[in-house]
Amino acid sequence: MLRHRTRRTTRTRRATRAAAALTALTAVVLLATGCGVTRGPQTADDLTMLIPNSPGGGYDQTGRTAIAVMENADISPGSFEVTNVIGAGGSVAMTRLMNAEGDERTMMTAGLGVVGSLYSFGAPYKLDDATPLAQLIEDQEGVLVPADSPFESIDDLVAAWKKDPDSVVIGGGSSPGGPDHLFPMQLATAVGVDPRELRYVVYDGGGPLTTALLGNKIDVGFSGVGEFEGPLSSGELRLLAVSGEDRLEGEGISESPTLTEAGIDLVFTNWRGVFAPPGISDQRRDELIAMLEEMHDTPEWKQALEDNGWIDEFKTGDDFTTFLQEQDERVATTLEELDLL
Amino acid sequence: MDNLGLLLDGFGAVLTPENLLYAVIGVLLGTFVGVLPGIGPAMAVALLLPVTYGLEPISAFIMFAGIYYGGMYGGSTTAILLNTPGESASVMTALEGNLMARAGRAAQALATAAIGSFIAGTIGTLLVVFFAPALASVAVEIGAPTYFALMVLAMVMVTSVLGGSPLRGFIALFLGLTIGLVGLDLNTGQSRLSFDQPLLADRIDVVVVAVGIFALGEALWVAAHLRRNPAHVIPVGRPWMSRTDLKRSWGPWLRGTAYGFPFGALPAGGAEIPTFLSYITEKRIAARKGHDEFGQGAIEGVAGPEAANNASAAGTFVPLLALGLPVTATSAVMLAALQGYGIEPGPGLMTDQPELVWALLASLLIGNVLLLVLNLPLAPLWAKLLRIPRPQLYAGILFFAALGAYAANLQAFDLFLLLLLGLLGLMMRRFALPVLPLILGVILGPLMEFRLREAMAISGGDVSALWSEPLAIVIYVVVSIAVVAPFAVRRLRPAPAAVAEDQGLTSDDTHTEEKVR
Repeated sequence: MLRHRTRRTTRTRRATRAAAALTALTAVVLLATGCGVTRGPQTADDLTMLIPNSPGGGYDQTGRTAIAVMENADISPGSFEVTNVIGAGGSVAMTRLMNAEGDERTMMTAGLGVVGSLYSFGAPYKLDDATPLAQLIEDQEGVLVPADSPFESIDDLVAAWKKDPDSVVIGGGSSPGGPDHLFPMQLATAVGVDPRELRYVVYDGGGPLTTALLGNKIDVGFSGVGEFEGPLSSGELRLLAVSGEDRLEGEGISESPTLTEAGIDLVFTNWRGVFAPPGISDQRRDELIAMLEEMHDTPEWKQALEDNGWIDEFKTGDDFTTFLQEQDERVATTLEELDLL
Repeated sequence: MDNLGLLLDGFGAVLTPENLLYAVIGVLLGTFVGVLPGIGPAMAVALLLPVTYGLEPISAFIMFAGIYYGGMYGGSTTAILLNTPGESASVMTALEGNLMARAGRAAQALATAAIGSFIAGTIGTLLVVFFAPALASVAVEIGAPTYFALMVLAMVMVTSVLGGSPLRGFIALFLGLTIGLVGLDLNTGQSRLSFDQPLLADRIDVVVVAVGIFALGEALWVAAHLRRNPAHVIPVGRPWMSRTDLKRSWGPWLRGTAYGFPFGALPAGGAEIPTFLSYITEKRIAARKGHDEFGQGAIEGVAGPEAANNASAAGTFVPLLALGLPVTATSAVMLAALQGYGIEPGPGLMTDQPELVWALLASLLIGNVLLLVLNLPLAPLWAKLLRIPRPQLYAGILFFAALGAYAANLQAFDLFLLLLLGLLGLMMRRFALPVLPLILGVILGPLMEFRLREAMAISGGDVSALWSEPLAIVIYVVVSIAVVAPFAVRRLRPAPAAVAEDQGLTSDDTHTEEKVR
C-alpha cells in the first residue's frame, strides 16, 4: 500500500514535470512568434498605428504597407506598433482615437467605409473631428457582371433599371453605408433612378460576391476592382465600367470606360488615409505630415501602389480636410435618401 | 492518370533531406502554436507565415504545409485536453474528446484524432488533385436556397441531441439562438441586443461562447463542489489505442471524410455542419449497435468529427486553387501566402503553373504524414498534462481560457463576456440544462438567418425561391422523411420503427463512402 503510494507520487511528479516542460515550450513559442504583434513602444520615438479592421483587410494592407516603407527607409525616427482594433466597421477604433486626445504618438488608418460606419452606429463624431493628416490612396469601384450576362454595357444596365429597378438583382461586399453599397446607390441617383427601389444583396466581402456572380445568383456586382483581377483577366467576369476619373490598367480591365466617358455624371472612389487624435500641437501635426510626404516620395511606395493596384491620390492638410467634409456630406445625403439615417 | 505522374514529379521536387527538416520544424511550430487556446489554424498560420518568407518557394511550401496541419491538429489537442476549442470546427471534437480525457483515455482520443486527421487529409488532398477544376464549376452553382435547406436539416438534427428532457434542451437551444442574434444586422445595419455597446456590434465570437460555457463553466462547477466532493484523480489510462479502439474508429474516419470534403469544396460550406452531422450519425449508429458510450466519452464521437473537420479543410483547396476564392479565414490567410510564393490561384492555375501546384499538393501530403509520425508518440505525453493536481490544472485551464478568449479579438471586453458566459455555464450545470444545444444555436442560428436573408433578398421576398434549386428540394424531402417516418412507421408497425429509419440512414452513408474510395 505504502509502496504503491510512493510510486504514484513519483509518477505524478514526473508527469507534472513533463507537463511543465511542454507548457514552458509552448510559452516560448508564443513569445517568439508573438513578438512581432505584441511589441510595445519602447522609446519616445516609437509610434502606434491603429487599424480599424482585421489583419488582411483593406485598411490593414494600406496601413501596414505605409509603415513598412517608413521603417525601411528610416523615415520614422522609431518603430511602429500596429494595433488592429476590430469592431463596428471602424467605430470602435475611432472611439479609441478620439479618447487619445493630445496623444502625439498615435495614428489611425481610415477611409470611406469608416465614414459610413460612424453614421450607421450613430457615433457622436465625424472623421474630421480627429486631426486629418493625409489621404494616401484611392481605389476604384467597378460594375461587374458574369461572362454570359445580357448586359453588354453600362447603358444596358441603366436601361434595365429605368424600366424596372426591382428586376435587376445587384450585390456588393459591404453592408449599408459601406463603399460597395454607396456606389450603386449614388449611381442610381445619378441616372435618375430612385435608389430605394434597387434590390441590393449584402455579401460578406469580395470572395462570396465573386461566388454569387460566377454562379449567376445575382445580375450585377459592385466592388473594388483590385480584388477581381483574376476572374476579369480570365474572362469569367466582365467589367462594365469603372468609377474613377481615369481608366485602369490590366487585362479585361483597360477596355472598360469610366462612368463619365459613358455619359454618366459620377466619379466615385473609395479612399484611405491617415489620422491623428484631436488636440495635438500644430507643430507635431506638421511633423507627422512631413513624414507621410517623405514616405510618399519613395520609390518603394510607388512600387507598393503598383503592386496593389492603388491609385496615387495624395492630399494633406487643408485639402484633405475639405475633401473629408465633402465626402461626409455625400455619404449623409445618400443615407438620408435611403431613409437609413 | 496524367495527374498522378505530375504529382510524383511534385514529390521528386519536394523530397530532399533539407526540405524534410523544414517540414518537421513547420509541424512542430504549428502544433505548439495551435495548442494555445483561442489560436485556431487561421491565426496559427498567420502568426507563423513570416517564418517561411525568405526560403526557396518549395521549402516554404513544405514548411507551410507543416504549419497548417500542425495548427489544425494543435487546435484539437486543446479541445480534447482542456475543453477549450480554438474555433467552431473543433467544438464537436471537444464534446466526447474531453469526456474521454477525463475518463483517462486522453491518449486514445488524441491518437484517433491524429490518425483521423491524417486519413481525412490524405483522401481530401488526393480528391483535390484529381477533381478540383470539375468540382469547382459545380460548386458555384449551389446558392443560398440549398445552404438554407442544409441549415434546416441541421436544425432538425439538433433535436436528437436535446438530452433527456426536451424542455431543458429547447431552453438551451433558444438561449443559444438568442446569443447568436446579438450584434449588427448585416442587411440593414441595425443593432440587435447590443445595448448600445459598439463592442457587441460584431456578434459574440463562438470561441468565446464555447470556452466560457465549456471550460469556465466546468471550472466554476468543480470549484463550487470541491469542498464537499473531494476531486477524483483522473485515472491513468493506457498510452496507446487498443485493437478495439481502431476497430471502432475506422468507420467514423471514413464517414467523417465523406461528410467533410463536399462541404469544404462548397464555397460557403464550412466545417461546422459536417462535424455536427458526423457526430449525430456516429451517435445514432452507436445507439443502434448497442454500445452507445456517447455522453461518457465515445471514441467514435472524436474520430468522426475530427475527420470531417480535416476533410473539409482539404476541400477548401478546391475553390481556393480552382477559382482563387478564399472561403474560410484559414484559406484567406492561405491565399495571401500563396500569392506571396508567386502562385496566383484561379481557373488558369493548373495549366499556367503546374510544377508549383503539384509541389504544393505533394507538400500537403508529406506534411500530413509527418504530422502523424511526430504527433502519435506525443499523444501520451500530452495526456499526462491532465495528471496535474486538480486545483492547479483548473487554474491552468482558466488561464488558457482567458488567453484564448482574449487572443480571438484582442479585446479586454471579451474577458468580461467570458466571465458572464462562464457564470451562465455554471447555472446551466446547476439546473441540468444541456450545453450542446446552446452552442449549436450560437453556431447555426446566424448561418441559417444569413442564408434565408440572402435568398429572400435575391428573390425580392418571394418565398418560393427557397425551393428553386433541385438540391434544396432533395434535402427538404430527406428532412420531411426524417421527421414523418418515425411517426408513420410507429403507427403501422409499433416495434421495428427505429430500425427502419436507421437503415435508410446507413444505406445513404455507404453510398457516399463508396464515392470517396
